[in-house]
Amino acid sequence: MTALAHVPTSAGSPAPPPARRGRNRLLPYLLLLPGAAWLLVFFALPLLQLAAASLYDPAGSLSTGYAMTWAVGNYPDALQAYWPQFLRSFLYSAIALVLALLMGYPLAYAIAQKAGRWKNLLLVAVVAPMFTSFLVRTLAWKTILSDNGAVVGLLRDVHLLGPDGRLLATPIAVVLGLTYNFLPFLVLPLYASLERLDPRLLEAASDLYASPLRAFARVTLPLSMPGLIAGTLLFFIPATGDYINAELLGTPNEYMIGNVIDSAFLVRLDYPQGAALSFLLMAAILVIVFAYLRRAGTEEVL
Amino acid sequence: MRLRRWLADRWVMGVAVLVLGYLTLPILVVAGLSFNRPSSRVSYDFNEFTLDNWARPCATADMCDAVVRSMEIGLIATVVSTVLGTLMAFALVRHGFRGRSGINGLIFLPMATPELVMGTSLLALFVAAGVPQGFWTIVIAHVMFCVSFVVVTVKARLAGMDRRLEEAAMDLYASEWQTFRRITLPLVLPGIVAAALLAFSLSFDDFIITNFNAGTTVTFPMYVWGAAQRGIPPQVNVIGTAMFGIALLLVGASSLRGRRARKAALAVIATPAGRP
Repeated sequence: MTALAHVPTSAGSPAPPPARRGRNRLLPYLLLLPGAAWLLVFFALPLLQLAAASLYDPAGSLSTGYAMTWAVGNYPDALQAYWPQFLRSFLYSAIALVLALLMGYPLAYAIAQKAGRWKNLLLVAVVAPMFTSFLVRTLAWKTILSDNGAVVGLLRDVHLLGPDGRLLATPIAVVLGLTYNFLPFLVLPLYASLERLDPRLLEAASDLYASPLRAFARVTLPLSMPGLIAGTLLFFIPATGDYINAELLGTPNEYMIGNVIDSAFLVRLDYPQGAALSFLLMAAILVIVFAYLRRAGTEEVL
Repeated sequence: MRLRRWLADRWVMGVAVLVLGYLTLPILVVAGLSFNRPSSRVSYDFNEFTLDNWARPCATADMCDAVVRSMEIGLIATVVSTVLGTLMAFALVRHGFRGRSGINGLIFLPMATPELVMGTSLLALFVAAGVPQGFWTIVIAHVMFCVSFVVVTVKARLAGMDRRLEEAAMDLYASEWQTFRRITLPLVLPGIVAAALLAFSLSFDDFIITNFNAGTTVTFPMYVWGAAQRGIPPQVNVIGTAMFGIALLLVGASSLRGRRARKAALAVIATPAGRP
């Protein structure tokens, strides 16, 4: 009875109540107006401006002004100059994503299914890194991975690193930083999906002679798919666009596309190139996002 | 079979504990470094225990100015984005209207767009419109990226709410306003508080979007970024540790409040005996 009584409230959003008066029919639009207007003016409109800026005449400058010449050539030019950084962004964040999945899935599963009364405490521990500053905690990795630190010392002792081997200022440090910084974004949606997993389904699978591995592949994994998709996106999008880890833990050899865009806009003041690179990054990410969303549906991810 | 499952359970728990260690280690290091007297300005290694950093957190005046500025920006951005986002969440959960998928897209897209793209596009807009960059352009940017997170957080709370509590209040002759004031608001409040806390932490900690729209204004993350090139004063770790402590306290307090608010709401409506 208890289970039945709860079904209507948990089954998605309830049907909207019928409008009773004219005021009520207008009300939702009034509620939406300020927020939607803010997002239109300061999110959507700037994207159009960025698109326009990416087609400016590259011969212009901030001081002399830019002429709109539909210079489509900015795109191939920018790609040709910076394809290594572009590729590196996706490579680093893909490796970090694989590491994060290997770490995050067991963690989310343990909290959702095994933690019992420790559940809330462990959840707080997962989001705890976000309680302190992104930059400060990224800098902490400089201390942890320092040449004089315990980690490098240990790796040198067991000859995984040469006597002068380093972790800092290498791709390893950057990938570790990316994995660390965005792992909570992967774990939380995964946890939300796995928490709803009925353990009796796993018992049933094992009663029907499924091996633990098979039960995982046929029951746990499919049922956690919405969380897995949302978490993957929430990890991958910011990780690909991040340049803080590459700057603080790497060297120019590890620079990602964000470092290039940052310097295009703020150091070299080459707006058309910066805008073209930003747009290419967004296009590449959007293609991946929508390929994913075809499997999940917007409402579910939201 | 039972033994294998026992092992499987412990295996998963073991990995989970290791991963939690990986997530917690940097915080411990930050806390440790806040008691460290570095051997030089560019050194990140532990050197010598000291309480000086905590005794004089504002020894570097620039840093404290930046912290104060970040708090001002965070507070304004939090209030504005929480109001805008909460209104939108009510419209989305409680009302039917045309253009729902368009609005959903408008809310979803800022969360799916890389910060880098939002930061550079706002910069392009402000430059094209001739708006000088500084304190208020940062506030505008922060409200923009916080709104979506507020909507999602409040929406989740609203959607998970038991509508029968409101129906019961109306059955007991509460007016629409009374129902909202005495039932709906107390029940949604934990969601709104959580959303506001989230918005403040997103704003306070944002670097990428701020970096493109700050002009010469320096927020705390921008200060750390600049200092990372010249050498970090150890007081940065004091701020990092204090932030952590305050956030932990707030989360504890708000979860207590949430539990109490729900109890109070349930007490207002005398639940008929026998119903769950």
